[in-house]
Amino acid sequence: MDLRIAHLYPDLMSIYGDRGNVLALAQRARWRDIVVEVRAFTTGDRFDGDWPDLWFFGGGQDQGQDIVGADLAGVNGAALKASLASGAAALTICGGYQLLGHEYVPADAPPIPGLGVLDVRTRAGSLRFVGNLVAETPDGLLVGFENHSGRTYLGPNARPLGTVVVGNGNNGEDKTEGAVQGRIVGTYSHGSCLPKNPWLADRLLAWALERRFGPQKLRPLDDREENAASEQAAEVARVRP
Amino acid sequence: MPDTLALLANAAGKLTLMGLQLGGRGGTALPGLVALTIDPDLIAALASELAHGVVLVSGTNGKTTTSRMVSDITRASGWAPIHNRAGSNLERGIAGALLSDSSWRGEPSGDIGLFEVDEASLPRVLGRISPRVVLVTNLFRDQLDRYFEIDQLARRIGDAIAKLDRRTTVVLNADDPIVARLGERHAGPVLYFGVDDPTVGGRVPQAISDATRCPRCGAPLRYERVVLAHEGDWSCPSCGLTRPVRDVSARRVALTSVSSELQLRTAVASAFDPVRVPIAGLYNAYNALAALAVARALDIALPTAALAIANFRPAFGRLEQVTVDGRDLRLILVKNPAGFNAAIAALLETDRRPRLLAALNDRDADGRDVSWIWDADFETLAPVVEHAVVTGIRSRDLANRLKYAGVPRDRIEVVDQWGSAIDRAIGAAPQGGEVVVLATYTAMLALRGELARRGHVAPFWED
Repeated sequence: MDLRIAHLYPDLMSIYGDRGNVLALAQRARWRDIVVEVRAFTTGDRFDGDWPDLWFFGGGQDQGQDIVGADLAGVNGAALKASLASGAAALTICGGYQLLGHEYVPADAPPIPGLGVLDVRTRAGSLRFVGNLVAETPDGLLVGFENHSGRTYLGPNARPLGTVVVGNGNNGEDKTEGAVQGRIVGTYSHGSCLPKNPWLADRLLAWALERRFGPQKLRPLDDREENAASEQAAEVARVRP
Repeated sequence: MPDTLALLANAAGKLTLMGLQLGGRGGTALPGLVALTIDPDLIAALASELAHGVVLVSGTNGKTTTSRMVSDITRASGWAPIHNRAGSNLERGIAGALLSDSSWRGEPSGDIGLFEVDEASLPRVLGRISPRVVLVTNLFRDQLDRYFEIDQLARRIGDAIAKLDRRTTVVLNADDPIVARLGERHAGPVLYFGVDDPTVGGRVPQAISDATRCPRCGAPLRYERVVLAHEGDWSCPSCGLTRPVRDVSARRVALTSVSSELQLRTAVASAFDPVRVPIAGLYNAYNALAALAVARALDIALPTAALAIANFRPAFGRLEQVTVDGRDLRLILVKNPAGFNAAIAALLETDRRPRLLAALNDRDADGRDVSWIWDADFETLAPVVEHAVVTGIRSRDLANRLKYAGVPRDRIEVVDQWGSAIDRAIGAAPQGGEVVVLATYTAMLALRGELARRGHVAPFWED
């Protein structure tokens, strides 16, 4: 079996260690004897939407986000959209999460349209949310670090990924963190996210493999280190949010 | 002489300092903070009394080492530098250093101010004083929970430099595309330094991509050579932005496990022997080039500067070497991916299979977001690691990072107490062997504190 991971705009949208998510996905597949190929998809390329089983889309700086937004408004956005519609999975974090929603509304400029595959809307907030982030989910704790000024609100077609225990999550108001819609996951959790949240990594891997190989039951791994990291980080977060 | 308000602020700061010293405490930011609250312009008032002016050293990595080199160079030319202590590089730390070295009448005991400035504080400090020289070593992502985005930071620094007096000399790293642009709008002289040895560096940009895009037009940069992270021989094929001409440049860098030699590419320098830099690593070669460029900006002769660098001794956690029970501990402070990768590169430049004592904390001074360890290139290190003892507040994140980098489980040991971690790391190394200590700021303080308690090193504050 093999797995194809597309790292979206790694030169522009990879901040706060987001690269660790790709490392985690690839290693967890390799440890199960799955052959992994990771390809960078960025501006100047013409996206082959048939190739990826799994898209990873991280956060970026303002300059990066502008360039990426413009690129996604063209044929590359259409290829990504078609790929997601035909069963590819996606993990999107922070800026990537926002760009897959309907729109981003800056403080004093017209709204910037997103790809619209996640039923979420984001507007600029004045105070930046920076700190440890812990959310409860049906599958376990989500533990990470958030760093964003956007406030994201979920529409009826997106489910929250979890409920905030420490930190702010989507908007600091409704206690929701992240979004899940079909096989697309959005979250504000850096940290990196997946190495400390192996349950989420494995859920994404199973979805990704299903695209070409049908439903998969992944062999369980020994996650002692992952769980220890999650527990220690959650402990620190409770004392120092 | 400083005005009344400045004298009052100076006195208040000195009184606070005396109070703290009576209470047996030193090295806090309080005196500077008290003084700046009374007179926000205190730094300028006291600095104006310095005959040779003020040198500000800023940038993400290399501030402490470079400013200590410059300090040694100025001392070698007979000057008396006033220097802020490592780690206190915010405005209040500078004020604290100045007032503690000034008389009650506001007369400084030295004749040149040499101040490390945190890169986020640089715009504000530049708005307050008119330095003789400003050096920016490099800009990497660092503690993003505090500084946020590097583009934004560069813009603010560039704006502040544009407003500087034309008598100020700006010294910049030509090999760092973000830094190289900072002097564009400066009306006065700009000096650039860089590495021009074609055998140094590779073609592939490293994983950290703060600047693979042109800072002017946003197009992908082309690298002929990547030296460290995004430092190298870069140009923009789209808008034509290129690396500035280097005023101080190494045309040959010879690295050994403990030092490097720089052959300078200037007409005058060709008459001299190579500059010997007695600490390992390409990043320290850059620090030496930066210090030489500052020396030139201060009109200090190259032989004087080169001799001072040859006699240099590293600072706290900068490849400091400590012998414990017959094992050599090499202390390396790490705080961001670029610094970490530079340290790793220095380790791997010479053939060894390091035993590590790695410590990760997440306090404010370390950066509360430990995400950066995933940007650091542990994958290069993993295949050669003999053994790793992991400790610190976020030891488990670090152990997990090593696991994903491919270090076998039986080579990783998590040990919770600082003392026990040191014991374990030493116990795992043979007599005469070496342990490489990689630690974030407060973790290094704690480890060093433990070593001091055991009498292996002098306490930090005597450093």
